[in-house]
Amino acid sequence: MSERMILPIGPQHPLLKEPTHFKFTLEGEKIVDADIRLGYNHRGIEKACEERTYLQDLYMVERICGICSFVHSTNFAQATEDILKVEIPQRAKYLRVIVGELERIHSHLLWLGVAGHEIGFDTLFMLSWRDREIVQDLLEIITGNRVNYSFNTIGGVRKDLSKEEIDQTIKGLKVLEEQTKYFADVATKETTFIGRVAGVGYLPKEVALSHCAVGPTARGSGVDIDVRRDLPYAAYGEIPFNVITSDRGDVLGRTIVRVGETLEAINIVRYAIEHLPSGPITAKVPRKVQPGEAFSRYEAPRGEAVLYARANGTEKPDRIKVRAPTLANLASVRHTLLNQTVADIPIIVAAIDPCLSCTDRTSVILKQDGSPKTEEIDWAELRKRSLISKPLK
Amino acid sequence: MMRPGAIWRELVKNLLRKPVTVLYPAERMAIPYAVRGKPVFEPSTCIGCMMCVRDCPSEAVKIEKLAEKTFACTFYLDRCIYCGQCAESCPRKSITMTHDYELACIDKSVLKEYKKGAPQQPK
Ligand code: SF4
Ligand code: SF4
Repeated sequence: MSERMILPIGPQHPLLKEPTHFKFTLEGEKIVDADIRLGYNHRGIEKACEERTYLQDLYMVERICGICSFVHSTNFAQATEDILKVEIPQRAKYLRVIVGELERIHSHLLWLGVAGHEIGFDTLFMLSWRDREIVQDLLEIITGNRVNYSFNTIGGVRKDLSKEEIDQTIKGLKVLEEQTKYFADVATKETTFIGRVAGVGYLPKEVALSHCAVGPTARGSGVDIDVRRDLPYAAYGEIPFNVITSDRGDVLGRTIVRVGETLEAINIVRYAIEHLPSGPITAKVPRKVQPGEAFSRYEAPRGEAVLYARANGTEKPDRIKVRAPTLANLASVRHTLLNQTVADIPIIVAAIDPCLSCTDRTSVILKQDGSPKTEEIDWAELRKRSLISKPLK
Repeated sequence: MMRPGAIWRELVKNLLRKPVTVLYPAERMAIPYAVRGKPVFEPSTCIGCMMCVRDCPSEAVKIEKLAEKTFACTFYLDRCIYCGQCAESCPRKSITMTHDYELACIDKSVLKEYKKGAPQQPK
């Protein structure tokens, strides 16, 4: 047996776009154990939400993630509407679907580029990010911003879709569809790509299930789950679409699922635009939310995101809890890394499309002797340690 | 079925394509109508209801009462997230979002916009 060695990566490392820490146990080039530590990017968003009104929180939760921001704001709006027992207008539901699916297209194209980059296939990275601009432009046309759209409000959406905007969207979708089909062709046929990702990061179906994987990570291992179909929210119950799965279980399987989902998303947007009901886009909601609690689920590009909200009858929520999809998927990462080589680490980690700052909900500090030092801090102390240490003037 | 060079089609096409970027700032991309730039305040219609202050997520707007029916507004544009909530909350449409997005500067303190209304003339 060759000698074992520990390879630490992170929290700051060129491989990682976000701070996190990996500890790999290696036997030569082979990974025999992996440990992941989170908590370097805990921003206290849940706590900050308790200090703001529901309307302000919408913009706060939107900033949980820079890529799937619409996920969190829709989740928050849905939970609040649930407590308030308001039904949002049909048109608003369709508009939420349109923006949500455009966001999925942008997230998946972004991932495809990152995956290409991680395996040294930068041509794919350049091309998919170039075409991602089309969907970014569409999002800007529809919502007014490329990211953090500020499109949702409690009781509906803030902006309607005009005739010209619809025309521009349809035109953009046509180009996108053509390009996505091309990427699907590259991902399933190009030797350079397949040779690098086939068989890498294998996640068997049983492990995906036992480790509670969600989204494309689970579907790439043949687990047929999708909140949009299983527990429809917004207008998904009325829109026909296919849930893409792959039995491969490796990085290639996850790629096939994501590219397939992008094509499905284009069809969903098209269907939603064609069947867009007329009518108002917001329902009137009170500022104060009656006591109650609600749980909202949303199929984010990375998997199921959940948000729990508890109201206490005031203008501010009592408690907000967010579970980002990456947290659910991280557990399976360790399994997919075992028996792989060091050179596979970037693409295996990237294959779950990790979004670590969305995931961090707590910071644990280990003492020198390795025992965790737990410390409870109150709101005033948290504020003192934050970037804004003084009240704003 | 694997096929080497599936990516070639786009590579060849790219040789003949014009660049996707423009020479900013000499050329500019068109801005979509929905884009939210700098918010501006119109003092003549403001009634001082403070809805904008209450709803702003980043404490970026301040309204002061100078005299009867005369208000001054300060936007802290360095904190503003350009969400447009103030404009939406305002019952008198005293705040509007413009298309002015080129606000980059070296000194953050210049990103403070103060505008006050003229005092009401006694009738
Ligand atoms: S645009 Fe948004 S952040 Fe800026 S002042 Fe208005 S409400 Fe505040
Ligand atoms: S919401 Fe409008 S009317 Fe009310 S204080 Fe603000 S700017 Fe003035």
